[in-house]
Amino acid sequence: MPYDEMYTPEHAVRPHYRAFADWLAATPPEVIQRKREEAEITFHRVGITFAVYGEEAGRERLIPFDIVPRIIPADEWGLMAAGLRQRVRALNAFLYDIYHDQEILKAGRIPAQQVLSNSQYRKEMLGVEVPGRTYAHIAGIDLVRAGAGDYYVLEDNLRTPSGVSYMLEDRKMMMRLFPDLFATQRVAPVEHYPDLLLDTLRSVTPGDQVDPTVVLLTPGQFNSAYFEHAFLAQQMGIELVEGRDLFVRDDTVYMRTTRGPVRIDVIYRRIDDDFLDPQVFREDSVLGVPGLFDAYRSGRVTLANAVGTGIADDKAMYIHVPEMIRFYCGEEPILANVPTWELGKPQDRAYVLEHLPELVVKEVHGSGGYGMLVGPAATRDEITLFRERIKAEPERYIAQPTLALSTCPTFVESGIAPRHIDLRPFVLSGSEVKLVPGGLTRVALVENSLVVNSSQGGGTKDTWVVQG
Amino acid sequence: MLSSTADHLYWMARSMERAENTARMLDVTYRMSLLKHATAEPFQEWSAILSISGLHYEFGQRYPEVNAEHMLRFMALDEGNPASIASSLNNARENARAVRGNISSEMWETINHTWIEMRNRAAQGLARDGVSAFFDWVKERSHLSRGITYGTMLRDEAFCFLRLGTFLERADNTARILDVKYHILLPSLEEVGGAADYYQWSAVLRSVSAFEAYRKVYKDLITPRRVAELLILRADMPRSLCASISVVARMLHSIGGSSSQDLQRRAGLLHATLDYGRIEDIFAQGLHEYLTDFLTKIRDIGDHIDSTYFWPTDA
Repeated sequence: MPYDEMYTPEHAVRPHYRAFADWLAATPPEVIQRKREEAEITFHRVGITFAVYGEEAGRERLIPFDIVPRIIPADEWGLMAAGLRQRVRALNAFLYDIYHDQEILKAGRIPAQQVLSNSQYRKEMLGVEVPGRTYAHIAGIDLVRAGAGDYYVLEDNLRTPSGVSYMLEDRKMMMRLFPDLFATQRVAPVEHYPDLLLDTLRSVTPGDQVDPTVVLLTPGQFNSAYFEHAFLAQQMGIELVEGRDLFVRDDTVYMRTTRGPVRIDVIYRRIDDDFLDPQVFREDSVLGVPGLFDAYRSGRVTLANAVGTGIADDKAMYIHVPEMIRFYCGEEPILANVPTWELGKPQDRAYVLEHLPELVVKEVHGSGGYGMLVGPAATRDEITLFRERIKAEPERYIAQPTLALSTCPTFVESGIAPRHIDLRPFVLSGSEVKLVPGGLTRVALVENSLVVNSSQGGGTKDTWVVQG
Repeated sequence: MLSSTADHLYWMARSMERAENTARMLDVTYRMSLLKHATAEPFQEWSAILSISGLHYEFGQRYPEVNAEHMLRFMALDEGNPASIASSLNNARENARAVRGNISSEMWETINHTWIEMRNRAAQGLARDGVSAFFDWVKERSHLSRGITYGTMLRDEAFCFLRLGTFLERADNTARILDVKYHILLPSLEEVGGAADYYQWSAVLRSVSAFEAYRKVYKDLITPRRVAELLILRADMPRSLCASISVVARMLHSIGGSSSQDLQRRAGLLHATLDYGRIEDIFAQGLHEYLTDFLTKIRDIGDHIDSTYFWPTDA
């Protein structure tokens, strides 16, 4: 039995869920049903949708929202927050280091070849100075709970992590549907996230610009996370721009407005490195801005996140993060990694190939739950296919034990049943490291499924950090 | 404001107004077509719509012949027709979606809801609630969205671009509706002042919600000259060319900008000719010729709005 967030193995309600459990028992099922319908109608009307790739019919889909919150006691959160800050500080230090003196490689703590010949390593960033030496301004660190309730970092997302709009909208929805729940408990607020984000972005402006102009750069309305881009821009009161709204002259970035060109200082970009500047990266990109990278390199504009952060959240680098923490912070990691086998190593590979039906295999550069094998849920053919793939290109894969992710009670067709969850807190790094309590809880709505990605049928829950 | 944002706002408002006017035009045509004696040739009113909107070719590509059923489907529900009501509402929604951050959330929700409902109605066909009920619904949604714009938007540049789009489109559409008579009467010139003539002119009035206004203003028989005067020159008639261009000129003045003098001059000049124009002179020139010339000027203003605000050269 996996760890359940609400109930002990003896089916007693855990102390931090008691107030909610009392409320649930006292509320008639029809009222809850009505509230659930209201939530669905409201999300549709407001247009909180998600585009799913490769599925023409469902071009816009609602991410299912579950009304049972995921509750974390405040003291537990305190420890997680400290671990998250530590981890993100180390990751930023690592990024600065590998694009400058490469001390960690010289010290032999990480094999140099694994970094320097990684396709995510951007040689263009060598020697480039970025404000505050911050690279991953916005980091989404995925945490899971397994075994007897221990937290593990499942992966780091340092490129353009998404999902924070659902965290904010889920909270708004819960407060609208069940105001009484918030009156009786001290749930830590998250609504100020956009303010923290704007502060963070303003704190990394190039030079000594007093009143910097910050914009959010989106690939456009057909991107799966477009709703979030528009939402965040509106919440921060900044312009939402596409590549065609910007142009570069004399290494300075401008946006086209009805009153003529306006200079841009900080770009919160939600476009991948590859598409940023057709003159430097992919030539066929129509989403980016020609000349942007030169402006960036000469320190005339800040990009958040920085170019080249993909090397640090690559799954081949994941195993080295505890070592980074020791090297840069001189501390022991507060949050543990999931044990991981590197398939490039013959010993690890031999073990993994023998135990495929029990393991999870991930593509090193993959993301979003695409291109992975969940051994216990896979068919024999899928396992055979992966075995061939691993043999052909072992360096492309890592393997991990199939974690019994913790569960949380969730409304499903047959009533309330336990479903597996994870947690993505968002860590902001500018002149200081900040985060709001909690994060986005994702839930795998299919029974026994461990895949929580919204692109694979996952849903979301409001996440409460509650004072005991 | 971002040039592209202004562009989206302007087209969002234009598309919504176009959906409404298309509904008005179809509604009046539908009513006219029910009067069997109205025209000499069958379905002449329906082909008139194609002439007004310049869609003969597109229609011919998709339907074997002009009749009420085909025309209603083509102009109301067919997303393959860029000028259909369904396409206009889809357009309004796509543009709104691109600038959600610049419009009030009530506006977005209204436009999004309209689009969702339009898809349901399109799936069910027009027959379910009746043709006129559908047109009433479109008009109602357009009224609602304009009302919400007026009631919830900050009076800033975004608001000006929305109004600009609404009224430029309205001027264009009223001119086209007024021109419908020209297309219906050709080639068989019926006697002026007959019963058919009366019904057609009153239908034109009704299509722009001006029938009651006409009675109030003229307290007399419906004559082509007065209908034209009401819909072209009366500043107090909310869908007239004069009233529409007056708002266009005012909005362009409010938006301003260093390179907008030429644009402002063109709009101001057009407004002056309407404000001080006489219906006698318009009839002397020929109504159809006058309206054709007016449409050219409107298009010209639209082009200048484009090059002044939406796609400026990076100087």
